[in-house]
Amino acid sequence: MTFAQTPMGRTGGMAARIGRLAGHVPVATVYVVGILLIAWPFMQALTGALGPDPVRTLEQKLGLSALQVLVVMLALTPLRRFAWINLLRFRRALGLTALMIVSAHLAVWLFLDVRDPARIWNDILRRPWITVGMAAFLMMLPLAATSSGAAIRRLGAAAWRRLHMLTYVLVPLAAVHFVMVRKGWQIEPLIYLAFIVLLLTLRLEQLLPRRRNKKRSRP
Amino acid sequence: MRWRFKTDLTENDVTPEEVFRARRRFMAAAAGAAAVGVLAGRTAAASRSDAVLKDEPTRYEDATTYNNFYEFGTRKSDPARLAGQLTVRPWTVRIDGLVDRPLELSLDDLLKEMEIEERIYRFRCVEGWAMVVPWNGFMLRDLLRKAGVRKEARYVAFETLLRPSEMPGQKGRLLEWPYREGLRLDEAMHPLTLMATGMYGKPLPKQNGAPLRLVVPWKYGFKSIKSVVRITLTEKQPPTTWNMMAPDEYGFYANVNPNVDHPRWSQATERLLGSGLFAGSRPTRMFNGYDEVAELYRGMDLRKYF
Repeated sequence: MTFAQTPMGRTGGMAARIGRLAGHVPVATVYVVGILLIAWPFMQALTGALGPDPVRTLEQKLGLSALQVLVVMLALTPLRRFAWINLLRFRRALGLTALMIVSAHLAVWLFLDVRDPARIWNDILRRPWITVGMAAFLMMLPLAATSSGAAIRRLGAAAWRRLHMLTYVLVPLAAVHFVMVRKGWQIEPLIYLAFIVLLLTLRLEQLLPRRRNKKRSRP
Repeated sequence: MRWRFKTDLTENDVTPEEVFRARRRFMAAAAGAAAVGVLAGRTAAASRSDAVLKDEPTRYEDATTYNNFYEFGTRKSDPARLAGQLTVRPWTVRIDGLVDRPLELSLDDLLKEMEIEERIYRFRCVEGWAMVVPWNGFMLRDLLRKAGVRKEARYVAFETLLRPSEMPGQKGRLLEWPYREGLRLDEAMHPLTLMATGMYGKPLPKQNGAPLRLVVPWKYGFKSIKSVVRITLTEKQPPTTWNMMAPDEYGFYANVNPNVDHPRWSQATERLLGSGLFAGSRPTRMFNGYDEVAELYRGMDLRKYF
């Protein structure tokens, strides 16, 4: 049972009920929601519902959805630790879904917005905001490639875990990308960034003792 | 001799009104379209693919729902949603500073005394989108001459209304309110420089800067300050809002220039509002295509004075 693993071993109450409810939700739901998060705004863009600048609006909507999925993913561990709600079985699906939406975001930028290969390369190199976003995207690739159980066995749990710490770099980078894309210091992206930093801070405690317990690799 | 307005936009670039209306009818999915409606609808559809990147006036609905007017919020839809509460009558604009006769004029005075004409201008936002707007307004220079520009005057400073009770964005600190803009005197006196009181033959919608806004078609949109209450002639270059906020990104001149990129994005191309998901972008033109202003900047390094 999922909630048997909660730190306090608590089974009653709200948290358990949410956990039990979530237990009935197939993981595949996450992918379905992800596909809808891409398909729906795309349909809206086609029908004119996204307004007069559909390329830009679609690009932004997809980017924001991807960031939101990443935030939810990052919230799972603190949720289990502090609210005793265990939704960890959705984590891989959330990560892969985020990558799927980011890919759509990138595709809109490449094929509907900029289009010009020379300019794309130039933008990636010269525009810090795009460099940052692209870095976050590239960091997602090895994580997706090693998301299977087989990959964990192949790499070994420790190496796998170390590799997947990239998450703690790429998610804040995605938020920084969002902050930079706006004119001026706008409140909305800063809230995302602050929340992500908070979620990471909640992990520090967990990360540090583990590091201390680890065998020293150097003599 | 009176200066005559010239434009490279011809009749052919302007959608015939019946096509316009037919298209709107078409969009509204009105049943039983009249024969003329069907015909016009087809014309519009046929010309759409190649016309989208030409200077065809932007749909009124697009030009009035996709706005940057941070006094009402930072989303493009915020101004259309929230500007309704703005009181635009009575409205007074003050012309002061280095003038012979400081003036306080009501909007009605302006509409009565100034010669209102229609100008179809391209409008290019610094963010990389563009539209084509038929403005109604008068030449700024006519207004400045009414006040009498003193010979020490070198610049013109503009101020937007400061009224946080009706402009909720002004309660935040994103920008330093009131919004301020400025022009060099020769730019302000250029016959292309317009003070708009209307668009599409109607009074200026509030989200587009009612009741009185500046329109400088060869500069990025943020220079064309909205809801103006004060015009001051000065000797020194006045501080301007976006330039104060991020001087490396938004210059005082802010001339449309495909060769000088914004630090965060390219200015080489622009997406035309209403052109759809697959239209791509079109090349941005130097001075937004208004080559007649080039002489104002002869000898200036436009990379430095961006």
